[in-house]
Amino acid sequence: MTTLIRNGRIIDPANKRDEIADILISDGKIVSAGSEVREQRSEIEEIDASNLIVSPGLIDIHVHFREPGFGWKETIESGARAAAAGGFTTVVCMPNTSPVADSPSTIAWIKDRAAEVAGIHVLPTGAISKNLAGEELAPIGSLAQAGVVAITDDGRCIQNNELMRRAVEYARMFDLPVLDHCQDYNLVGNGVVHEGYWSTLLGLPGWPGAAEEAMVARNILLAELCDHRIHCQHISAAGSVRLLREARARGVKISGEVCPHHIALTDAAIENFDTNFKMNPPLRAQRDIDALLDGIADGTLEILASDHAPHAKFEKEVEFDAAPFGIIGLETELGLFLDLLVHRHKTIGLPRLIEMLTVNPARLLGLEGGTLSFGTPADITLIDPDLEWTVNAETFESTSRNTPFDGWKLKGRAVRTIVGGKTVWASADSLRTKHAS
Amino acid sequence: MNSRWTRKDLVGLRELSAEEITLVLETADAFKQVGTREVKKVPALQGKTLINLFIEPSTRTRTSFELAAKRLSADIVNISAATSSLTKGETLKDTAKVLEANHADIIVLRHSSAGAAHFLATRVRASVINAGDGAHEHPTQGLLDLYTIREKKGTFAGLQVAIIGDILFSRVARSNIFALLKMGARVTLVGPSTLVPREFEQLGAKVSHEVDEVLPTADVVNLLRIQHERQRKEYFPGISEYIRFFGLTKERAKLLKPDCLIMHPGPINRGVEIDSELADGAQSVIFDQVTNGLAVRMAVLYLCAGIATP
Repeated sequence: MTTLIRNGRIIDPANKRDEIADILISDGKIVSAGSEVREQRSEIEEIDASNLIVSPGLIDIHVHFREPGFGWKETIESGARAAAAGGFTTVVCMPNTSPVADSPSTIAWIKDRAAEVAGIHVLPTGAISKNLAGEELAPIGSLAQAGVVAITDDGRCIQNNELMRRAVEYARMFDLPVLDHCQDYNLVGNGVVHEGYWSTLLGLPGWPGAAEEAMVARNILLAELCDHRIHCQHISAAGSVRLLREARARGVKISGEVCPHHIALTDAAIENFDTNFKMNPPLRAQRDIDALLDGIADGTLEILASDHAPHAKFEKEVEFDAAPFGIIGLETELGLFLDLLVHRHKTIGLPRLIEMLTVNPARLLGLEGGTLSFGTPADITLIDPDLEWTVNAETFESTSRNTPFDGWKLKGRAVRTIVGGKTVWASADSLRTKHAS
Repeated sequence: MNSRWTRKDLVGLRELSAEEITLVLETADAFKQVGTREVKKVPALQGKTLINLFIEPSTRTRTSFELAAKRLSADIVNISAATSSLTKGETLKDTAKVLEANHADIIVLRHSSAGAAHFLATRVRASVINAGDGAHEHPTQGLLDLYTIREKKGTFAGLQVAIIGDILFSRVARSNIFALLKMGARVTLVGPSTLVPREFEQLGAKVSHEVDEVLPTADVVNLLRIQHERQRKEYFPGISEYIRFFGLTKERAKLLKPDCLIMHPGPINRGVEIDSELADGAQSVIFDQVTNGLAVRMAVLYLCAGIATP
């Protein structure tokens, strides 16, 4: 099988390519467009990518596909479809399933299930601590052998600095990056929103940015002490950006990621107690958004992710403080980042955006992919950066509908997702392609 | 009488206009007289069903709503947390749907979660009256406080109201702040910096930690209940230190203007936020507040029930 993607703007940050050219795919791999394959094969599928961006397949290193255990929220199958519809060819799943992904058998189950039902690469992480309890280490080496790409207690945060130190030190032996959901539980208290004007007005318990910043600072110190990578997940607070900037300038192996909602919305959105605006970390103030945008612009924050966190309507449709944290994000992520970072705020250009969604996460976790290098698997996303569309949650592939962005008008989105040379998702419009013989 | 009232629910005072607040207070004037009659009952809500849904324990507010509803001739059922299906895992939404299926016309909700009344009001056709939701609002308490101030002072314009105590966790404080500012009064919040954070200044109130500076200028002091042992341990060192810095002692009361009103939403911790004798003294209107609460709640039930469609 040979496929020719014609006339697209190829943006391949890893290879410093940004040019209008063709991409040739043969037997699931990217081959030189000038190669002889083109002449030898009689049947070539042609995809017209005029006015489209040809990007390495997008990678999201922070999603919750709720299997095993919570299939009514999301399955690996539905989550993978949602990812493909959002332009993602690789996702990394968090371990807060039931059972928790803290044993090789659970990792094996997730990998088997993904191989069976997912059209994209669904990669597991393992827990840092047994049952995410923060008390004793999970079998990190065995998890590494079972194929996890990182360890994290995401959704929870190890409070014991000594345990975290040993986890990071131990993970270094297996070259496993450590991902951390940064929050100091004592400072979080029973908070459900950002502490500030809106929590004061509405009487909702809040927690300050300092609860995140304290743990970012802790992680910087431990990354230095252990000389190993710690990645701070979903950064939301201005002070975290400042801490990361300073540490990275000194060469500390520390990094941070940003989710769309933390730059799209402030805590003013909670005014009507809508639980689709309840997430952890919470929506914060404008000054936090400004700091995140600065951090993205100057490279302090180098990875974009969704924290796709599906919950059923019946779970979210309860009193605000009783509702679970989290929103889905895979199917709005690229649209929001294009709209906000590239079009509206002009924080970064397209090549930088694609870098933050492809090669940067791939490098952090040592993943295959994230480039359009010849000889690598043809994981490719076609993006129409100027397509104006309206978010309609009812059409989502995800099992859940807990998005605060329903009805939003966005500029830019993926139109085709290709994994190993095979189209796994395409928008209705883009399917009208020529099939030359 | 209710030509200017358009609300099915009363969730909070933040969303009410000064005109709407005035309308409730004027309506309460008429109902207050009912309480002084031999026969304390009017047929205004005859045939209507009111459910007191009290997910969080309360005696005073529940009793006040129950009496108000009975004086309006409504049929009333009390549901408390212990007897509700919520303890069996039923969601608030389903509980509300069950009540609606039983043709409830008015649901009075007391709940420990901020936003619970808003949640319910947007999901049922019945009128929802917020009887306190977490630290968010307690609108009928706010209205009865305003009613009492208006009754004693005649006007709100230019009045200095000091609210003293645990402001951070107080729904009473929030409802009072929103309504008093709208009516032209000035509000100063007083208490330890941990319980009166500066964010409250953004709501339009003044924040002070010097009670002795605030008392001489106050026309009204509203003292809120202090809870220390049960839930506030890390917010201030203890009751004796609270009394030392913020308690309305007899000595401190000398700083008050002679006509300054002393208010308290109850239940009172005698000897903590207020000296016991002051609570019963000439300046205290604490028990007027209770009486006025009945009239104000009758007014609110009457106005909202007139809007809800069966």
